[in-house]
Amino acid sequence: MPEAVPTSALHTVPPIALRRRITDHVMTGAAVLTVVLVLVPLFAIFAYLIYRGFGSVDWAFFTQTPRPVGEAGGGMANAIVGSIIILGMASLIGVPVGIGAGIYLAEYGRNRFGDAIRFTADVLNGVPSIVIGIVAYAVVVLSEKHFSAFAGAVALAIMMIPTITRTTEEMLLLVPQALREAAYGLGIPRWRTTLSITLRTATSGVITGVMLAFARVAGETAPLLFTTLGNQYWSFSTDANHHLRLGLDQPTAALPLQIYSYALSPYDDWHRQAWAGALVLIILIVTAIAAVRFAVRRGTFGAA
Amino acid sequence: MLLCGLAVLATLALIVYELVLRSGPSWHAFGFKFFAGQDWDPVNEHFGALPFVYGTLVSSFLALLIAVPLSIGVAVFTTEMCPPLLRGPLSFFVELLAAIPSVVYGLWAIFVLVPILTNYVGPFLARTLGWTGLFTGPFFGLSMLAAGIILAIMIIPIISSITREVLMVVPQHQREAVLALGATRWEMIRVGVLRNARAGIMGGIILGLGRALGETMAVTMVIGNNPQIVKSLFAPGYTMASALANQFSEATGDVYLSALIEIGLALFLVTIAVNALARLLVWTVTRGQPARANA
Repeated sequence: MPEAVPTSALHTVPPIALRRRITDHVMTGAAVLTVVLVLVPLFAIFAYLIYRGFGSVDWAFFTQTPRPVGEAGGGMANAIVGSIIILGMASLIGVPVGIGAGIYLAEYGRNRFGDAIRFTADVLNGVPSIVIGIVAYAVVVLSEKHFSAFAGAVALAIMMIPTITRTTEEMLLLVPQALREAAYGLGIPRWRTTLSITLRTATSGVITGVMLAFARVAGETAPLLFTTLGNQYWSFSTDANHHLRLGLDQPTAALPLQIYSYALSPYDDWHRQAWAGALVLIILIVTAIAAVRFAVRRGTFGAA
Repeated sequence: MLLCGLAVLATLALIVYELVLRSGPSWHAFGFKFFAGQDWDPVNEHFGALPFVYGTLVSSFLALLIAVPLSIGVAVFTTEMCPPLLRGPLSFFVELLAAIPSVVYGLWAIFVLVPILTNYVGPFLARTLGWTGLFTGPFFGLSMLAAGIILAIMIIPIISSITREVLMVVPQHQREAVLALGATRWEMIRVGVLRNARAGIMGGIILGLGRALGETMAVTMVIGNNPQIVKSLFAPGYTMASALANQFSEATGDVYLSALIEIGLALFLVTIAVNALARLLVWTVTRGQPARANA
């Protein structure tokens, strides 16, 4: 019956359309599969970190220095303090320079020279951290003739600057032009406007950038390997007159370095402490990032 | 303020100056042969960096091979398919991957990934793909394969976040137009979205490559650190960055040190070139310029 063919053809799906629909489903399935494949290692890392880390953190970890090889117990107190000192010094160097450069780009940098700085900052951002370590070694360690916390801080500061510069610039550009003009209208000089009006308005945005830069360098190991070197003891000491010497010019322990050397050691107890150190480090970094996200979510940053 | 801006320029100038200056002795001793020589012999002060270059390239490309499909899949899922409720948490989790320090990745790789590879994945690959010659020989876990996998996990967040960014600037009416022609969702993504964004996606991939080339700690911890050129991915290797990490602080003698710095200089130049290219590609897309056929 030739008449029946068109009616049934209306109701059957042509083979090409079926193939297209199957392709559509297959590709959707494939996309979901990739998400699962990416999330599995993420959960595996965090689950294992929490499982091993919480099982390993104890009071001694925060209060004691490493014991001699082969002796169980001890902690990473000196590495935690060392990391705080190194990160503090790095921030002291990197934050003002980064913010200053950001202000320059936003307020005075609408020209060729500004573009050059912008490009340089992006290039610096992509330089491998180990190469920055070499430079800090060549500049600070070779001229001082010994490894020091200061050399490590210089390396980390160089890594912080580009991030801070670019976020500061972005945040300052969000401040409405009318606000600046209002200040000029009151007869306030430009530098004063920049510092007290523009920068002030964008404060929380700028802090966001600083925290991101901090989170980025807090776990850096490679640039510290041959700058601060690491130390099994406290880096500060008392001299003959019982004055405390901070030992900023001494080899200093740092949390990431300690994790690295303990992870590669053959001792179970050191492996345990490496996990504890990794957990402490991650908590520090995730807290910094969560604080940033919280600030951004609340919309308190910039003039936005 | 100008001073701070100058400081940024000065820092880069300082990096270039120090690297060039201090790699001088090695450059004079070996010239271009430095990157063609295969023997790395600190005792006799004879240095050829080819095994390190080889290790860096192979581990990075292996990482790209694994990471690229996964990252694009994640980016496509979050922008095009995902229910809005899931979008925020999903991108947050992928961002978290980027926040984990390299040394923690290394720690995890040593104690979790490597045992899994030696016990399950390795034997399986040897059985099924052994004939390719890529998965042969004894397998002790610390290998090019382990380095490639951990690098892939590390660069996924970079590639996928940039791809997501690029996909989101593809205009909505592109999608609507393709759908109106009767396309299925996948056809819409392929024709309307991915094709428009490919220059930017390429940029993201190259940025990921830049990160993989310079990555140090995690790779050093699992690659096995043996300067050799072997076809099998089961064999240990050595990368430029891990050579620096392992040998720099114990390098004795000026030529040894300057040979290592020359490796650092090469690494620096390559990553800069790679990053500049990537930024250019991302920029052409996100600045709203139409991606031309041969762009």
